[in-house]
Amino acid sequence: MRPSPTSYSGVPRWVLAIAAIGAAFVLLPLLAMVLRVNWAEFVPLISSESSVAALLLSLRTSLAATALCVIFGVPMALVLARTDFWGQKVLRSLVLLPLVLPPVVGGIALLYTFGRRGLLGQTFELLGIEIAFSTTAVVIAQTFVALPFLVLSLEGALRTVGSRYEAVGATLGASPTTVLRRITLPLVLPAVLSGAVLSFARALGEFGATLTFAGSLQGTTRTLPLEIYLQRETDPDTAVALSLVLVVVAIVIVSLAHRTGVPSRRRTRVLS
Amino acid sequence: MTRTPRSPSLVAAVGLVALALAGCASATPAATTPSPSATVAALDGDITVFAAASLKTTFTDLAESFESENPGTTVALNFAGSSDLVTQIVEGAPADVFASADTKNMTKLTDAALAESDPVDFATNVLEIAVPPGNPAGITDFASLAGPDVKLVVCAPEVPCGSATAAVATAAGITLTPVSEESSVTDVLGKVTSGEADAGLVYVTDVTAAGDAVEGLEFDESAEAVNTYPIVALQDSASADVAQAFVDYVAGRAGQDVLRAAGFGAP
Repeated sequence: MRPSPTSYSGVPRWVLAIAAIGAAFVLLPLLAMVLRVNWAEFVPLISSESSVAALLLSLRTSLAATALCVIFGVPMALVLARTDFWGQKVLRSLVLLPLVLPPVVGGIALLYTFGRRGLLGQTFELLGIEIAFSTTAVVIAQTFVALPFLVLSLEGALRTVGSRYEAVGATLGASPTTVLRRITLPLVLPAVLSGAVLSFARALGEFGATLTFAGSLQGTTRTLPLEIYLQRETDPDTAVALSLVLVVVAIVIVSLAHRTGVPSRRRTRVLS
Repeated sequence: MTRTPRSPSLVAAVGLVALALAGCASATPAATTPSPSATVAALDGDITVFAAASLKTTFTDLAESFESENPGTTVALNFAGSSDLVTQIVEGAPADVFASADTKNMTKLTDAALAESDPVDFATNVLEIAVPPGNPAGITDFASLAGPDVKLVVCAPEVPCGSATAAVATAAGITLTPVSEESSVTDVLGKVTSGEADAGLVYVTDVTAAGDAVEGLEFDESAEAVNTYPIVALQDSASADVAQAFVDYVAGRAGQDVLRAAGFGAP
């Protein structure tokens, strides 16, 4: 075979053609939306009081949800990747369930858990914590749907990196916590970051579970996707303008995730 | 009301002509009988009806009985919020009949010159207070909704049920402080049936449809905001005769009986 990696793509032309159709399928709707934007009114539309309140609430809640995803997701990924116990496979698929669950189903499940009449609702009420219709409910809904993204990407990275360095560290007398802090976490840090960015993106786009579980009130529970959904009723121009804002934020996030994700792979290859 | 019934006996032969005359449909001679169901034996064709979400139960019943009375026809139903539906129709969705939950969205359609004739008002709906079974917060009337510890859920002012809520509150001189402003009446009802909310403002028909899941409290101020439901056949319909017959059926005796049983008021 000719060693010219630049001239030989290895992809048949017909595959390229189908891929182009697939790409157009994803990009055309975005283009169609951009074409509908009322540019003359764009800035006033996205800077109205309700739009700004929704954007700020979305950013605030998504950041909180991302923090919760890291706090709970990193230990979950470690347990799934580094331990072996009965029922682990079943547990993994269950933990990743919110990934494939329709968000509205997630919302109903959360309602039956944290709602006033839910499994834990009465306990929280006794403690004086009211979750229903609060910003906390939004964060819970976002964490629920975003957590699997972090667990999934981090668990994959942990398995790719392998546990040889950890084993060496342990034989040299390092405690499990020291191994985790000095070896494992630095190795998979890029995966934690890219997982966190993905979780943030998912939290930002969360709609169904929030609508079902948290309600919709400006400044408290009405995040950007809910605001778009509502504005569409009376003011399609605002809805389209806000959609574009969300698309731009999403593109920035995805490119960030891609950038932080790449070094992780390179580093892994060097190490193994 | 300016309904323009077309003689169904002519339809097969002059269907296309009738379609062409749509703009001046008043020239078409009035049907010999005011009851369309008496002469619809010749009807043949498939129609798609876009109807407001609150019409789901009644229109499902009416479509079935319409089909069984007119064996040559099938009625496909699409339910969603009125503004969603009108957006879809304006963007080219293949609908033959549009039934809106308010006149505002119907106006969007007539403004776009997509209606076959003038819309017909066929039902009205008013707000009612819905509370979870047992009424845990002890709601008694509209004024008690403004109580400090009442978790009240209403529709956002942007949607029809929300503008009705605002009108009622203004008329009653009461400031409501809801914990949530939902984008649809079904979402409000969901918050009440699940017990998350102490009370919600929904339509009478929603309370009827919810059965034992909620209790309804009527209140006098509801008369301040009566929602009118118009229906119309659409211009581009391939089965214009069936579409118009369905409109007449809904506005006629059979339709009114079903609608009244579901809690709707007379137009």
